[in-house]
Amino acid sequence: MNNKSIVLYLHVHQPFRVKHYTVFDIENDHNYFNSRADNDTNNEKIIHKVAEKSYLPTNAKLMQIINENPEFRLSMSISGTVLEQLEMWHPEALKSFQDLVATGKVEIVGETYYHSLAFFYSRDEFERQIDQHKKIVQRLFNQSPKVLRNTELAYNNELAMWADEHGYDGILAEGWDPILGWRSPNYVYKPINTSNIKLLMKNYKLSDDIAFRFGDHNWSEWPLTADKFSHWMSEDQNATNINLFMDYETFGEHQWEHSGIFDFLEHLPKEWLKTSGHDFKTISEAIDEYDVKDVIDMPYTVTWADTERDLSAWLGNSMQVNAINSLYFLEKDILNSSDQELINDWRKLQTSDHFYYMCTKWFNDGDIHAYFSAYDTPYEAYTNFMNSFQDLRLRLIKLGFLS
Amino acid sequence: MKVLMLGWELPPYNSGGLGVASYNLCKALSENGNIDIEFILPYNADHNINFMKITPAINQSFKSLKKSGIAYDSFSYIDDQGNVKWLNIFDQQEIFENAVSRLVEDLSFDILHAHDWLTFKAALRVKQKRNIPLILHVHSIESDRSGNHRGNPMVMEIEYNALNMADRIIAVSNYTKNKIIEDYQVPADRIEVVHNKINPYEFYDDLQENIYKGLSKYKEYGYKIVTSIGRLTIQKGLPNLLHAFKLVLEKNPKTLLFIVGSGEQYRELLDLAAYLNIGQNVIFADFQRGKNYRDAFSIGDLFVMPSVSEPFGITALEAIGYNSPALISKQSGAAEVIKNFLKVDFWDINEMANQISAVIRYPDLHDELLNNAKIEFHNLSWNDSATQVHNLYKEHAVA
Repeated sequence: MNNKSIVLYLHVHQPFRVKHYTVFDIENDHNYFNSRADNDTNNEKIIHKVAEKSYLPTNAKLMQIINENPEFRLSMSISGTVLEQLEMWHPEALKSFQDLVATGKVEIVGETYYHSLAFFYSRDEFERQIDQHKKIVQRLFNQSPKVLRNTELAYNNELAMWADEHGYDGILAEGWDPILGWRSPNYVYKPINTSNIKLLMKNYKLSDDIAFRFGDHNWSEWPLTADKFSHWMSEDQNATNINLFMDYETFGEHQWEHSGIFDFLEHLPKEWLKTSGHDFKTISEAIDEYDVKDVIDMPYTVTWADTERDLSAWLGNSMQVNAINSLYFLEKDILNSSDQELINDWRKLQTSDHFYYMCTKWFNDGDIHAYFSAYDTPYEAYTNFMNSFQDLRLRLIKLGFLS
Repeated sequence: MKVLMLGWELPPYNSGGLGVASYNLCKALSENGNIDIEFILPYNADHNINFMKITPAINQSFKSLKKSGIAYDSFSYIDDQGNVKWLNIFDQQEIFENAVSRLVEDLSFDILHAHDWLTFKAALRVKQKRNIPLILHVHSIESDRSGNHRGNPMVMEIEYNALNMADRIIAVSNYTKNKIIEDYQVPADRIEVVHNKINPYEFYDDLQENIYKGLSKYKEYGYKIVTSIGRLTIQKGLPNLLHAFKLVLEKNPKTLLFIVGSGEQYRELLDLAAYLNIGQNVIFADFQRGKNYRDAFSIGDLFVMPSVSEPFGITALEAIGYNSPALISKQSGAAEVIKNFLKVDFWDINEMANQISAVIRYPDLHDELLNNAKIEFHNLSWNDSATQVHNLYKEHAVA
C-alpha cells in the first residue's frame, strides 16, 4: 500500500463591500466602504458575524485537532482585505489564526492582497499586490509563501510561468475534467513550459461533497460521516494526494453548526489516520514528497466557480467589463498621484467580489438563491460601484491628474 | 363551455389597462380553450372583434358613458361643466345592473366572469337569479385607485359584498391578492393569482421615424429622456416623480421628462412642475394611441412607473416591448413577471432620483437592464394565463 495524503486547503476572504452610494454622494462623501446599515453591506457587522459563526469555532476545532493528531497538516490562504478588517474589528479572531499558524502545522499560501483579477489587467499591479500580501503575511504570520493561488483559482499557463519565474514551488488550480481528461486530480502535476514549479489540482467532487452537499438532506449520500468519506478517499488505490480545497467559511457559515460540520471535521482525521500510510500534508510537503505524474496544459483560464469554471461570473456582462476597465484605466494616474488613501480605495474597488455582485446570469435563470450578494439586484451593485468610481475619479482630477 | 363576461370597456374604447387585459384574456381563451364568450358592455360600439360575441347592455355611446366617469375614477366624477358629481357612476351602475338582469333571462351559460367593481352588482344579481358560478376578476381595488387611502366607502361596500359572495376571485398579482385579503378579509385560498401578460409577437421594432421629432432632436444634442405613461391620477404617484426629477436635473441637466396621459391631476402636475422650477424640462402630452403611444415608450432612455399602488401595471411590460428599460415602484404587481426592472419605494424620492441618474449616466446599466428584461419578456404569453383561467372554469362549472 502506498502512502496517501490529504492536502486540505482553506481559503479565507472578505471584501470591503461598497455601501449604498448614490449620485448625491459623489463629491460629498469619499468613504465608499463604511456602511452602517443593518444589512450585508456593513463590513464591520459581517466580520463580527463570520468571526463568531465560523472563524472562532473553526480555529478552535482545528487547534483541538492539531493537539490530538500530531500528523495533522493544513494549508490556508487569507486575503489582505480580510486581514485588514480582522485587525481593525476583530483582533481576537485574528489572534486565533495566528495561534494556529504558530503551531507550525499550517502553511500560508500567497495571493493578491486585494483578492483581485489584476493578473488579467495589469501585470505590474498584480505583482505589487502579491508583494503587499507577502508583507502582511510576514508581519502577521512570520511566513513567506512558497505556493501561489490566484483569485478564484483563476489559472492558465501564463500564470504558472509567472509563478515559476518568481520562485514559487507550487501553484493551485481547479481539477477540471476537460483539462484532466482521463487523468485524476489526485497526483502532483507540472505546468507546461515551466522548470521547477509543481501544480496541485482541486478534487472538486470530494471537496464539494463537504463544501456544498454536506448539509443537503436531499443528497442521496446524506448524512455524510467521517468514516464514509475516508472510505471514498481510499478508493483510488494509486492516488498520492487528495486535494480538498474549499472556502474556509464552509465551516459554520455555508454549512451551519447544527449540520454537524464541526463534528465531521473533528472525526475526519481520526478516521483517515486509522489506516497505515495515510497522513496529512501541507501543499509544500506534498509537492516535495510525491513525483510529478504528468504535464498540464491550460491555455485558457479556468476558475473554481460554477458549472462553467470560467470568469463569466465576474466578467460575463457589459456592466462588469465596463466597471473593471474603468478602474484599470486609472492605474497610471492613480499611482502617479502618490495619494495613499486614493490608491488604497482604488485597490479595494479591484476586489473580485464587486464584479461578482453585478453578475446577471443567475438572476436571469430565476435561480435567485444562487445569487449571493449584499445587494438586492446586480443593477444596484453596479450603480453603487460606478457612483463610487465617479467620486474616485473626481478626487484624482482634483489632484491635477487625468485632465 | 359558455362564459358570460361582464366588463366596462374594450379597446379601442378603453381608458387604460383594464380594457386591454380583458381583451387579451378573452382572445387567448377563445382561440386556445374552445370557450364561447359573450361579453356584456355598458355601451354600444363597433370594436371590430370576431373571436367573441359582444353585447351592449345599454344602447348608449361610449362618449356618454365616459361622461359619467371611467372605470378607474371611483372617488370623484366630473361632468361636462367641470362639476364634481358623485351619483352618475352609481346611476350608470344601476342601469347596467338592471339591463344585464333583463338580458340574461334569455341566455344560457356555465360561468359568470365579471371584471372590476363597476360590474360586481350586476354580477351578484345574476348569480342570485340564476345560481351560476361567479368568478370575479380584480384588476384593481378601491384602495389602489384612491392612492392607498381608504377610498369611497360606497365602492368599498360593493367590493366587500361581491368579493365575499363570489365562488372564486382572480387577482392580477400576488400584490393585489394580499391587498384583497387585507382590505376585505377574504380567505386566501379563494383567490387565484392570474398575472396579466403581453403577447410578445404583437411588438415589433418600428422602422419608421419616431413621431416625436423634437425629442429626437434633443437626443441628438445629448439629452436623455425619461418617460412616464399612464393616467394622471393620484394612484400613479406622479408628484413624487416630479420631485425626484428636480433632483435628477441638479445632477444631470441635459435630461427631459416626458409625461404622456390625461387625468384629473393634469393641472396639479403642471403647477407643481412650475413651482419646482423644472417646467422647462418637463413635457406633457395628452392621452395617446397607436404609433404615438408606442413611440412615447421608444423615445425614452428609461420608463418610470412611480405608482403609489399598482395592481399590475401593464405599461411596464409594454416599455420593455418598445425597447425602454423600466424603473417601477415596489408597490407594483408587474415585478412578479419580470425581475429585470429597477425598483424603488414610491415615496423614496432620493432613491428614485439616484436610480434614474444611474441609467442616464451608465449606458451599460441601460443596456443590461433592457436586454435581460427582453429575455423575460419574450417568454411571456397570455396563453399561460388563459390556461389558468380555463382550469378555474372547469373546476367551478356545473358538470
